[in-house]
Amino acid sequence: MVNIGSLWQYLAAHSPLQSTLSSLSTTTMSGGALNLTQMGLAPYSLPPLPYAYDALEPHISAQIMELHHGKHHQAYVTNLNAALASHVSAVAAGDVAAQIALQQAIKFNGGGHINHSLFWKNLAPPGTEETNPAVAKELVSAIEKKWGSLESFKKAFSAALLAIQGSGWGWLVKEAGNGAGLRIVTTKDQDPVVGGDVPIFGVDMWEHAYYLQYLNGKAAYVENIWNVINWRTAEDRFVGRNEENVKTEL
Amino acid sequence: MASTLLRTAPALRGALRASGIRKPAVAMASTSFVRGKATLPDLPYDYGALEPYISGKIMELHHAKHHQTYVNGLNSALETIAEAESKGEFTKAASVAPLLNFHGGGHVNHSLFWENLAPANREGGGEPDGALKKAIDSDFGSFETFRKQMNTALAGIQGSGWAWLVKDKSAGTLGLVTRANQDPVTGPYVPLLGIDAWEHAYYLQYQNRKAEYFEAIWNVINWKTVAARFEKS
Ligand SMILES: [Fe+2]
Ligand SMILES: [Fe+2]
Repeated sequence: MVNIGSLWQYLAAHSPLQSTLSSLSTTTMSGGALNLTQMGLAPYSLPPLPYAYDALEPHISAQIMELHHGKHHQAYVTNLNAALASHVSAVAAGDVAAQIALQQAIKFNGGGHINHSLFWKNLAPPGTEETNPAVAKELVSAIEKKWGSLESFKKAFSAALLAIQGSGWGWLVKEAGNGAGLRIVTTKDQDPVVGGDVPIFGVDMWEHAYYLQYLNGKAAYVENIWNVINWRTAEDRFVGRNEENVKTEL
Repeated sequence: MASTLLRTAPALRGALRASGIRKPAVAMASTSFVRGKATLPDLPYDYGALEPYISGKIMELHHAKHHQTYVNGLNSALETIAEAESKGEFTKAASVAPLLNFHGGGHVNHSLFWENLAPANREGGGEPDGALKKAIDSDFGSFETFRKQMNTALAGIQGSGWAWLVKDKSAGTLGLVTRANQDPVTGPYVPLLGIDAWEHAYYLQYQNRKAEYFEAIWNVINWKTVAARFEKS
């Protein structure tokens, strides 16, 4: 289950708002409906895909990728920025009720932005070196320790994906703390992985992620996604070389 | 069509009862499961009949594949429960409850949904009249306000789910509720009109432009069915 407190911490750490709130006078805000840029704040932006829209074919069609990145992910970014701008205004105006009302929109759209940003990077064109688990030595050996073999891990992960009821995501995570065990988790809607767990890779199980190509046949999507998992990104995240944390790109 | 739904709805109720652990093992005879087996109801119109508002391809997949999967999942959950209870394995029976809720809800919701729709050149579209119109006017202000509120509710669903026009049996008033995933409408609420906001309901035709689907579907709403449910409730 999602710990909203951790999400706030996450968003705060990655937020373009930082401590500039105090510099905003209430008079600036009284006009309402300012966007983040007008407030002098940097809005979140859609990260470019690290490959072309058609690069994941035949496993994920170019049409799906274009809509998924250019429309769906863009909508999360746009709506996140709008909700954050309203939140800044509500803080400046001392409107606590409005601040509370906006939390769900920030959580949903912020989660959508974080999840998709992680997702694009943990995919790679089929047949490239990145999609060969051999490039993820430490991760694969940890997987084998926990699940016996890479194959049985894939089976367990696929089963978890197919058991999601409604929209959601499946993740391989490295648990918080010294034990650093691996675990499969599923999250609903756009709830992000929180609580200190490190997402190694995620698979989007919203219908928009596969429907145009696979229709109701989501098992085939799940089977084919293994051809485009970026094991290099997964390894980097597993051993703590993940750029995301360093460059705060999200 | 209505009789199909009535035939299967008691199965769900029985299943929900069965998923509790109050009953002694002997009471859960396997015959009650066989008798209550859910089946896919026929559509009361052709797959292409709701075009251009909902494409024939969407209707075919939605009915023959998605709804069928809920029917199959419901029957398999019922079977697991009946078998577990017959062996006195009540914990195992109870553990199937989430699957029963999901697939049973999916079956009931879609069965109600198909009846809510009709071709635009037949009963579909327009506005309600009579007692239903009066109730909508008095509880929402106007039909247009109700329609806008329903579309706002649909647009606000974060993930998969449904929006429903319901009658609150205890208060006697109409209201709007949303449900996540396949959670059915229960309690004091009687479902009158449901709109499926899962992506599979519109994606092949509308892709990410779900607001267009929520606008278009009003052209194929069967107000006769809604009125009949209202009057019966
Ligand atoms: Fe997505
Ligand atoms: Fe549906």
